[in-house]
Amino acid sequence: MKLKFGVVVFPGSNCDHDSYHVLKHILDQETVYLWHKDTNLQNCDVIILPGGFSYGDYIRTGAVAKLSPIMNSVIDFANKGGVVFGICNGFQILTESGLLPGTLIKNKNLKFICKDIYITAVNDSSLLTKSLEKKTLMTPIAHGEGNYFTDDETLKSLQQNNQILFRYSSSKAEISDEYNPNGSIKNIAGIMNKSGNVFGMMPHPERSSDGLLGKTDGMQIFNSLLKNFIK
Amino acid sequence: MTEPEVTLDLAIEHGLNKEEYEKICKILGRRPNFTELGIFSVMWSEHCSYKNSIALLKTLPRSGGKLLVGAGEENAGLVDIGDGLAVAFKIESHNHPSAVEPYQGAATGVGGIMRDIFTMGARPIASLNSLRFGSLKDARTRYLFDGVVKGIGDYGNSFGVPTIAGEVYFDECYQGNPLINAMAVGIVKIGQSASATAEGEGNPVMIVGSSTGRDGIHGATFASVEISEESEAKRTSVQVGDPFTEKLLLEASLEIIREDLIVGIQDMGAAGISCSTSEMSAKGRSGMKIDLSKVPLRESGMSAYEIMLSESQERMLVVAKKGWEDRVKEIFEKWDLHCEIIGTVTTDGKLDIEYLGEKKAELPAYELVLGGGAPVYYRETAEPEYLFETRNYPLDKLPQPGNLSETFLKVFSSPNIVSKKWVYEQYDSMVRTNTVVGPGCDAAVIRIKGTKKALAVKTDCNGRYVYLNPKEGTKIAVAESARNVVCSGGVPLAITNCLNFGNPYKPEIYWQFSKAIEGMGEACRYFDTPVTGGNVSFYNESPDTSVYPTPVIGMVGLIEDYENIMTSYFKSEDDLIYLLGEDFEEIGGSEYLKVIHKVVAGEPPKIDLEKEKQLHEVVLGLISKKLINSAHDVSDGGIITALAECCVMNEAKPLGAEISVDVATREDFAFFSESQSRVIVSVSPEKKDEFDAFLLAKDFPVLQIGKVGGKSFHINDHRMNLLLLSNIYYNTISKLMDPQ
Repeated sequence: MKLKFGVVVFPGSNCDHDSYHVLKHILDQETVYLWHKDTNLQNCDVIILPGGFSYGDYIRTGAVAKLSPIMNSVIDFANKGGVVFGICNGFQILTESGLLPGTLIKNKNLKFICKDIYITAVNDSSLLTKSLEKKTLMTPIAHGEGNYFTDDETLKSLQQNNQILFRYSSSKAEISDEYNPNGSIKNIAGIMNKSGNVFGMMPHPERSSDGLLGKTDGMQIFNSLLKNFIK
Repeated sequence: MTEPEVTLDLAIEHGLNKEEYEKICKILGRRPNFTELGIFSVMWSEHCSYKNSIALLKTLPRSGGKLLVGAGEENAGLVDIGDGLAVAFKIESHNHPSAVEPYQGAATGVGGIMRDIFTMGARPIASLNSLRFGSLKDARTRYLFDGVVKGIGDYGNSFGVPTIAGEVYFDECYQGNPLINAMAVGIVKIGQSASATAEGEGNPVMIVGSSTGRDGIHGATFASVEISEESEAKRTSVQVGDPFTEKLLLEASLEIIREDLIVGIQDMGAAGISCSTSEMSAKGRSGMKIDLSKVPLRESGMSAYEIMLSESQERMLVVAKKGWEDRVKEIFEKWDLHCEIIGTVTTDGKLDIEYLGEKKAELPAYELVLGGGAPVYYRETAEPEYLFETRNYPLDKLPQPGNLSETFLKVFSSPNIVSKKWVYEQYDSMVRTNTVVGPGCDAAVIRIKGTKKALAVKTDCNGRYVYLNPKEGTKIAVAESARNVVCSGGVPLAITNCLNFGNPYKPEIYWQFSKAIEGMGEACRYFDTPVTGGNVSFYNESPDTSVYPTPVIGMVGLIEDYENIMTSYFKSEDDLIYLLGEDFEEIGGSEYLKVIHKVVAGEPPKIDLEKEKQLHEVVLGLISKKLINSAHDVSDGGIITALAECCVMNEAKPLGAEISVDVATREDFAFFSESQSRVIVSVSPEKKDEFDAFLLAKDFPVLQIGKVGGKSFHINDHRMNLLLLSNIYYNTISKLMDPQ
């Protein structure tokens, strides 16, 4: 199926080109950039909030981005059931906007971390993970604030509603502190909202979707989305 | 506001000498006023004028090859890489600011070099850095190291350019004066690059980007003296970086260049408005009439002197095409950046500066700049006395260590040898999804989307070699950076250099400098890698220490087809291991000598440029014929270190090896010799015959020294556990920096 993707460009977004490249040139989908000062989502089927440092991460990651004109439209779109996928800074913007529960605080070691890590899909029914069949994937992380945190009650509801998509793990799907790069509660790497149309993850699937770079696991997440999207 | 009266004493306080002050008076036919003195003092500082280096720099090969823009012509050099594309690259130092304020010093170093690239119209695609600190055992070093790495990371990560390669060395000589060199590489379509010039009478001169504050005043002058106890008080000379604004400035600048709205553009680094207005005017053989009242300020009550000398970051000076200024403004507004017309281009060659209705300066632009009226000095040279001692040190009398395995583990644990993972994991090395080979191999490789091409990039310099023999040591720096690029599959294209030396007024320092330039010129001519530009940083001395002369080479190589990218580590069990090149058991200046015997002496290894060039041809031939699975050069720590690195460099998949190395005199010498022009390659058994035939035809020295396989690193009679080596390699620095 061909879908139309809109990649939002905030001032300071820097993975916008990377998502665009994978969607447009590798997966051959119709893809457009959406400017933060605009409000028109151009009839996109899926909105991508890319990684980067929107508004320089000033105040808090995502705190200024959530106030930009385009986010009003994105929030409306999401509330009406539209599919929104936030990667890294995009995930941070989604939690700041209240579209996803919880928050992302500074990594446990207080340092920016960029490296290849493994995540295991723990949900096998969402748009993003259905086709993954609980597989373990290699995807890079690159963030300073990726330490997912939430209160016990929210955590419980995330678990009960099967909203946890990915957890940090070993290459053999072992989930433990040893394989938790940033201190995230329960090794959480990605979640969705209750209705299953808003997704956020800290790892970068768009960075492991090009064979030339020697990593292709991330492609499976985009493929799951394409395969299971219902227009 | 009353301004101080200009006198010779005031000029001397500004870092000028008597002759220079007299020359200024002669040029003007009068005494300069306070603002004018400020402008002259920064423009004629070592940092801006290159007054003590330019004469020698001009002896370097600065044209030829595929150079489109040579050294000194623009903000960075430009090299043709085919497919209608050019690569712009440059390296620059930010040593002094980082010595007093490591985080901002290093961050603004990255910001400055990025601006040099995108002011050419090129989009930055890679960032590199070459760092040197004192001993990691020292708490102040750890503070500086931590702050510098965080500064580089925070700036580059936010700016959105991958930091993919570099080097870090630790040595007591850098204790009081660390070296922080940042390099950037960018890509531009040929014909769409921009120039740093001001032409066309009446064209509007615009200041864009951040507003101007009091930060960084006299930064250029601060960089042109030795670090002293008073340096700490000059923290205010250190600028403060804002990578977010720089990212916006990048996008806006590329848009106005792409839309062909401008005549010229120059970034504001050292000496701010003074430097950009005078250099652009001088280049275009024109002048400028500037009204400083129009400059957006971030502080009130700033004087003309302060505005002219401010080094506030993330600013550019733009000369727009008349009639297009509104479109330029529109683009900067789109990116929420300041954009103000502050003057016009004139034809009288003068910088005419007005502020609040009052004339503040009237200076001939040409007289201010490098290549114009700025002084040019040939300094006195004298061979340093220490060389008599180091050259005659009886290396053959060194005691032979009893247990070579233990000795090796000590050398292998040296922070100079081990993986810099603690550093590069703090850098986003992958953003923009072009990084094919990231940090940790011989050179990093970045692909160019839409083509089959890739670039291999690396910085290199062994300061110890240069200290022991400036000329040969610098030849080695060029040769090794080329070898690293070759081992990644790249054909060396051109270099940029960052020349970190002590006080040029000391004849011994100037001797080191002149010899280093000689060696660099010889090696660059041999490899046909012209010098595209770079930076000279003198006065790298503190009360207690003087750094090793450290001419850092930044090399860029071209890989025509990304199928020919090579990595350093062993790939498969049973692959055969070969050594290309010969060992001469040379341990002068080696890491072994320093770590085990606490001696820095001897002559650095010999370098035969012809042999080195042959080696490059052989390795590139082996890669393109698909005859090898890995290539890693032998350098610091000798062959034993290089082999151990081949075993553990792929952290996810360490592989053991069985090795036998010939010994001519002593086993420690054979293991740790840093003889040049050597590369370790691994070959699939089924390709052995073809490999042997290829080498035979090339008539190049080659020796089969072992085989990949097993759970340990086994060399001659010494066997070491692979996991132990891997643990040392990846965790030594983090254990020193973040002890649990």
